[in-house]
Parts: sequence; structure tokens; C-alpha cells
Amino acid sequence: MLQRLRENKSAQGTLLALPTTVWLFILLIIPLVLTLIVSFGKRSPDGDVIYTFTLDNYIRLFGYSTDCTNGQTSCFDPLYVNILWRSLTLGFNTTVIVILLAYPLAYFIARADPKRRNLFLFMVLIPLWTNFVIRVYAWMMLLRKEGAINIVIGWIANLLHIPFTPLEMLYTPGAVLVGMVYEFLPFMILPIYTSLEKIDGSLYEAAADLGANAFKTFLRVTLPLSMPGVVAGTILVFIPVMGTFVVSDLLGGKQVILVGNLIQRQFLDARDPTFGSAASLVLMVMTLIVTYFYTRKFGFGDEIVAA
Amino acid sequence: MNPHRRSPLVKIAAFLVYFFLYAPIVILVLYSFNASRVNVKFEGFIPNFSDTIEMDGSIVKASPCGPFHWYCDLAKNDDVIDAASNTLTIALTSTIIATIIGTMAALALQRYDFKIKPFSQLSLYIPIVIPEIVMGIGILSLFSQLFGWLNSALDLSGDARLSLGMATVTVSHIAFMVPFVTLVVQARLQGFDKSFEEAAMDLGANEWITFRRVTFPMILPGVLSGALLAFTLSLDDFVITFFTNGPGSTTLPIYVYGLLRRIVTPQVNALSTVWILIVFTAVVALQWIQSREQKPTAHS
Repeated sequence: MLQRLRENKSAQGTLLALPTTVWLFILLIIPLVLTLIVSFGKRSPDGDVIYTFTLDNYIRLFGYSTDCTNGQTSCFDPLYVNILWRSLTLGFNTTVIVILLAYPLAYFIARADPKRRNLFLFMVLIPLWTNFVIRVYAWMMLLRKEGAINIVIGWIANLLHIPFTPLEMLYTPGAVLVGMVYEFLPFMILPIYTSLEKIDGSLYEAAADLGANAFKTFLRVTLPLSMPGVVAGTILVFIPVMGTFVVSDLLGGKQVILVGNLIQRQFLDARDPTFGSAASLVLMVMTLIVTYFYTRKFGFGDEIVAA
Repeated sequence: MNPHRRSPLVKIAAFLVYFFLYAPIVILVLYSFNASRVNVKFEGFIPNFSDTIEMDGSIVKASPCGPFHWYCDLAKNDDVIDAASNTLTIALTSTIIATIIGTMAALALQRYDFKIKPFSQLSLYIPIVIPEIVMGIGILSLFSQLFGWLNSALDLSGDARLSLGMATVTVSHIAFMVPFVTLVVQARLQGFDKSFEEAAMDLGANEWITFRRVTFPMILPGVLSGALLAFTLSLDDFVITFFTNGPGSTTLPIYVYGLLRRIVTPQVNALSTVWILIVFTAVVALQWIQSREQKPTAHS
């Protein structure tokens, strides 16, 4: 038996990969299938799942409502569609801002003296090691009416003798955007840095020899060659932003409700797992579609592992 | 042309981004010395060792810790101690298991051909392309279905009933950590010269000795960085833990989140500061050990 296993390479491979594959099958694939089944179910009065086949949850999610003010039996209620749209635009805005902030820093590190490069990279990682929830809390303290930002602005206004009333920044959509950008910025810097660092230095010399100026070199050499990093970073930023509920919960309060918040409430407060499951499947399909078209256009770099 | 020459614009932009990254953390640490119980306004630093301190307009008895008032308060908080020990237990257990099975899978995927290989490889990308919350609620549904069924089938009651707790959190953490370990080790194996192993085999070493003496030492740095990544992922995880924890398995992120939704005292800031210091020290120490280990091989 053991002798046979020693000769059978295929069996060895299967055996080595088996624990991981089974683990992922039970805890990732079965839950996804279960979520799909639950999303077609109905909520029982005490919040349990009744397994049937109905599309009610999806119909409700996309705006069909029987609770109408104008006396009709059904009407369009944009509540959930708005939430989906808000999440999508927030994911898009966050990603764009993160790219704009991450690129110069990644460029700076990639072009730095090799001896100091590791230190600069390390400095990107340190904020990441403070906990996710703690980072949101830091922004709660900054954005508060009595918080650090208002104190600094008030102080400057006082110096310039300008009347100043503290700004209401916490619990606004802007606060959520800033929080998201802050949370996920390092995930963009690392892959962009990795792809910038890979660029062969002789390419710059060649570009200079051929008469390209710094701007042209950047546009025609650096930028195209660093695209795999930007793509990998986008995946690492966009997908988590779409599904996060902590940032919007703590910085947005009741003002900014995202799909993540909607799903979380269905499982905890509202106790309707069937509707929550439908919403999370729609979220998953939305992110998969965006990721699919995005990576088909730009390719799927191995920079993702580097981060 | 000097390749390290950068325009001042890039330098300024880089400085501003660093400022953006660090300013919140500095404020966070600063407020842990706040002489106010409601951590809304900064009321000045807690004065050095005096018997009483003025806090929010009233005189309270000072702790013997002076400016580190909130840190001493923290050390007396049993909930925090419990949450910290839960967090570490979960992170250590899941890292060990995920590193072992993840490394095995990396070896299999890189070295062998087998029937379920495409499926195994593909399943590794699930946690990367699917939002964490989708996995979280899926796992929650799985456990509640499974436990509900088992509890009634086995007629369990009272304390014997299966419920969410340390085990469910650990098992779920392993699920999202394994792919990262496998992908990191796989990347390491890709740049691996097979002739070393062939040489060992030619010299009469059997497969096990070859693995132990040649393959394993060479992939060890990859395994270690995979393990470190897995460990930090577990420490940092909020979403999966949020949906899979139960009474008695509260982790630090979950505990802090609970506090943030109620009243926040500078205790949370003290906790954050301690957290940052511990993680920072651990990572610097690990980096130092790794760089010391790697130096001799770099010359050989």
C-alpha cells in the first residue's frame, strides 16, 4: 500500500492538496451554495428560514414594493437600488482617489536609494498593523466637531481673525470616503511599488537617449509597465470597499447605508437571513462582474501575491 | 542620468501621503493621555504623579500611574484581558494549521499533477475576489444550519448544545488564511532550482531526506512570510469573526467595535497604543531575525 503510494505521483499530489481543498470546499463553497438556497427562501415569523423557491427577495431588492402611498397595489421603491448604487459609486470613488494618492508614493519609494527603500516600505506597512477597527476610531476622533481637525482649522482661523464655526464632518458621506481611502491605501501602494520596481533601468536610459523628456518617459514607459500593479491594487481595494460595513457604520452613522450595512442588519437586527442572503449574492455578482471586465481588459497580475 | 533623481513634486506628494497615513495614529496615541473620561475633547494631559486630578470639572482620585492612568485602567479590565487572550489563541492555532496545510497544498500544486488540481487552484482565489461579508454570512448560515440539525438529531440540551464560539472562529479563520499561505509559498517554489533536489537524490538521499534537508530549508523563508501574513490577517480580522463568534469568544477587534458604539473612554486609545507597540516590536524583531538568517546564505 505504502509502496504503491510512493510510486503514484498523482495520488501523492491529491493527498497533499486534500486538506486545503476540503477545508475550502466546506467553508467557502458550501456556504456560497447555502446562501444561494437561503436567498430563494422565505422568512418565518420568528426569523427562521423556510426553504421554498421564491424570487421575492430579489424582486424586493430591485425595487418592487407592495407598501405604496399612492393607493396602488405595487410601485417602485428605490430604497435598495439606491443603496446598491451608493456602494458601487463609493467603491469607484475610493479606488480612484487611492490610486491618485498611492502612485506618487509608490513611485517615490521605487526611485529611492535602494538602502532606504525597505525603510520607506516598512513605513507604509506600520499603519496597516494597527487594527482595522482602531483605524476607523482614529478618524472618529479627527472628524468630530470637537476633534483635532476642527481644532487646527479653528486655531488658524483665529490667527487670521476669521470667524469660524466648527464643521460637521463626522456622520457624512465624505467621512466614509476618507475612512475608506485611509483603510485601503496601503493595499494599492504595495502592488504599484512591486511593478515599478521590476522596470528595467535601461529602459529609462533608452527613452532618454531617444530624446524623450521626463514627462514623456513617464507616460510612455513607466505608466504602461506599472499597470499590472494598478490592476492588482484595484482588486485589493475595490472588492473590500464594496463589502465593508464597519467604516460606514462608525463614520457614516445612519446617514450612509451601504450594502454591507444592509446585509449585516438582516442577519442581526432585522433577522431576515433570506433577504440578507439575496443582497449578499447581488453584491458578489456585482463585484465579480466588475472584476471580470476589469481584469479581462488589463490582465491579472501576480502582483496580488506580492501585497 | 541619475536614476534616483526625483522631482521635488514627487517628494512633496510622498511626504503628504505619509502625513495622511500617520497623523491619525499620532492623534490616537496622544488622546490616550487625555485628562477626560469622555474622550470627545482633548482636555490636556494627565498631570504627573499627583494625588488627585481634575477630570471633566470634578476632582477624582488619581491612580498611582500618573500620566499612564488609562493604561493602568486597561490592565485592570478583565474583558480586555479575555479578548486579548482569545485573539492570540485563535491567531496562533489558525496560523499553525493554515501554514501546514497551505504549504502542503503549495507543494502539491507546484510539483504534482492530479485530477482535482484545477479545482484546488481555483478555490484559492475565492477569498480574494469575493467580499468578506459574503463569506461571513455564508459561514454563519452553514454553522447555524449544521448546529441546529445536529442539536436536534443528537438531542443535545443545555451546555452540551453546539454553538458559535472559539472553534467556529478558528475554523473560519483558517479558511480565509490558507489561500494566502499557499499563494506565497507557491510564488517561492516557482523560482526554485530543482537541480538541488536532483543532486540530493543522485547522492542517495530518499524523498523524505531530500525534503527535510534540501526542499524545506529552501522554502522556509516563504513559509515563514506566509505564516506571518496569515497571523496578521487573523489578528486584524473583523468581518469573519463578527459573524462566527459567540459568547466567550470575543476578540479584541470585536470588543473595540462594541465599545465604539457606546461610550468611548481614553482606555480604547491606551489599548490601541499598546496594540501598535506590540505588533510593531514583533514585526521589527521578526524582520531582524530573518535578515540575520538570510545574510549567510546570500554569500554562499
